[in-house]
Amino acid sequence: MAERLLEVNDLKVQFATEDGIVRAVDGISFQLERGKVLGIVGESGSGKSVTAMTLMGLTRGVNALFEGEVLYKGKDLLKVSDRGMQEYRGNELGMIFQDPMTSLNPVYRIGEQIAEAIQAHGKVGNRAARSRTIELLRQVGIPNPESRVDDFPHQFSGGMRQRAMIAIALSGNPSVLIADEPTTALDVTIQAQIVELVSRLKDDFDSSVIFITHDLGAIAEIADEIIVMYAGRVVERGSKRDIFYDPQMPYTWGLLGSIPRLDRPRPERLHTIEGMPPSLINLPEGCKFRPRCPHAFDRCMQEPGLENRVETPGHLDRCWLDVEFKRAHRDETISPGSVEAA
Amino acid sequence: MTVLDETSESGESPLLEIRHVKKYFPIRKGVLQREVARVHAVDDVSFAVRAGETLGLVGESGCGKSTLGRTIVRLLEPTEGEIVFQGTPIQSLGTRRLRPLRREMQMVFQDPYASLNPRKRVGTIVSDPMRIHDLGSRSDQRRRVGEILETVGLSPEHYNRFPHEFSGGQRQRIGIARALALRPKLIIADEPVSALDVSIQSQMLNLLEDLQNDFQLTYIFIAHDLGVVRHVSDRIAVMYLGKIVELSPAEELYTRPIMPYTEALLSAVPIPDPDLAEKRERIVLEGDVPSPINPPSGCRFHPRCRYATDVCQQIEPPLVDYGNGHLAACHHPLNVDQETLQTVEVAERHTPAEADETALPQDTSGRSNPAATPTPDTRSR
Repeated sequence: MAERLLEVNDLKVQFATEDGIVRAVDGISFQLERGKVLGIVGESGSGKSVTAMTLMGLTRGVNALFEGEVLYKGKDLLKVSDRGMQEYRGNELGMIFQDPMTSLNPVYRIGEQIAEAIQAHGKVGNRAARSRTIELLRQVGIPNPESRVDDFPHQFSGGMRQRAMIAIALSGNPSVLIADEPTTALDVTIQAQIVELVSRLKDDFDSSVIFITHDLGAIAEIADEIIVMYAGRVVERGSKRDIFYDPQMPYTWGLLGSIPRLDRPRPERLHTIEGMPPSLINLPEGCKFRPRCPHAFDRCMQEPGLENRVETPGHLDRCWLDVEFKRAHRDETISPGSVEAA
Repeated sequence: MTVLDETSESGESPLLEIRHVKKYFPIRKGVLQREVARVHAVDDVSFAVRAGETLGLVGESGCGKSTLGRTIVRLLEPTEGEIVFQGTPIQSLGTRRLRPLRREMQMVFQDPYASLNPRKRVGTIVSDPMRIHDLGSRSDQRRRVGEILETVGLSPEHYNRFPHEFSGGQRQRIGIARALALRPKLIIADEPVSALDVSIQSQMLNLLEDLQNDFQLTYIFIAHDLGVVRHVSDRIAVMYLGKIVELSPAEELYTRPIMPYTEALLSAVPIPDPDLAEKRERIVLEGDVPSPINPPSGCRFHPRCRYATDVCQQIEPPLVDYGNGHLAACHHPLNVDQETLQTVEVAERHTPAEADETALPQDTSGRSNPAATPTPDTRSR
């Protein structure tokens, strides 16, 4: 078995706000082994970005409250001091942010920003930092890195800026690369390039990746294991095949059915998940998806635990419905058009 | 020939027709602000839109699709070309004469956070168009706002709320309500769903579809998501660097792309099915879209095209009609057999003036199997 890099146990993150306590993440657990890609899927407000930022120690503050453990190579990062976290950030855990347009400082050259990251993580001379910067830019696929290193961010296209951001994240040779919606702001052709790049770099740098997205298509290509989050909770977790071919949670079906898919005949109407995600201050009782779930019944007033309810070990879900019932009815949601056709 | 497919079945003229529309943005430098270069944002585009249809406009960022949308409603002034709306050329109408036409065409913008004035209440936002166009009394307007809010899935009680009290999806509904207030015929929707979550996105697409049926709307739907565009569109125009490179009935574009750029775009769309995703050959387009300040010569796609030859560098291909209203501009068309190639004709009305109308494609290079395009899969699991 490969080395276990990261183990998160029942992590909870709460923020005190004027309106009340926001339960941004309410009990998430997972393990990440070297060389693996963990995909986290969910909509805005599901807690996926807060999870990522908490791993990096970026959500700390007077109003934030943490519970649970974030074990990196056995060491609990939640207990590491703010200063101590600097040793982990960049060197052990690297992060790629969503918006390459705003994550780079417009008044510094690309090369300076990457070199800054390199020099922040070790005693490296200016000349060595520069040659390492050029090498990194080459590795992330920037053409003519020797001349582009002196460009300003505005001279880079969106895709190239995201590549530069990835170079910064890689500058400390991290073992875990956290990519928070790295493709969302990009064109579809560039998205494909970035997904491929992240997957290649994972092998080159012998690291593992946490890939956060709301795009089920991107995750189908890159992830080994997938976590589906809703209202701060993990509602389903399993291997890529489990999630795509045997999804157990009606919310996952809804996500799969909501996307207009090129690999299927065009349905008359798209499936919609009615309503909106709940407020994290005032969560519904019982199953958090109950108010939007078309299959909800009495028992859903109690929240189901995240348990293994199918034959495949490691495939967990939070749903009371009978497995056979689910297997018989989920296609009505996932592919409404093809059910009649079959 | 090509006129037929863009006229409605009863032979009516199209709702909107644009002919050789160009939009260049000057780049000025120096004390005298001399024009030193031009951004060729939209470069000689012609097409027509039938009443009641949805025309999808796709392309990468910077291809000019949003500029074209804004030029059509005259939020931007076209540099050249004709825009004919309901038989009236509108490209040079003055503000006063344009105003009644503005009622007929409205826009829905991409960003529901930036396109609503945060200081105005929902009621004011939606009723402002009616006030500006002096439609009905105050109380009529108020009643009408209530109706429209209900139509788009909000409640009339939301009248006095501010935009910040709403979620992204609800704000986009307000944006749609504002566009509907004047009962327009044509709505230009510029990436109306790309800022929204997937579950909200599908709600919005279904809403737009319902509204189209209820109010006989015509849409120009601008988006970069090919899945979304396929779902909503009757016909789709693919743009690259300011030009239309392919125009086709929606379904046919996906099953039989002719232009290599379309093929590459389709192959880049991620498929939420691990097995299919693995099997699929993906054409990764190298590099970025070239600068529209100095667009490449000949076919603008040639520097990134894997089939490009010398002719592509030198001669701009005309838009060729492959039948069934499927037009494409390419010297080496895909998915076309040699026989068809003998019979095709140039689509004169759509072809840019600079393209060489005699340069009909000569070969298909035997590439007729779109390995990279996803095949519709009817299996049920």
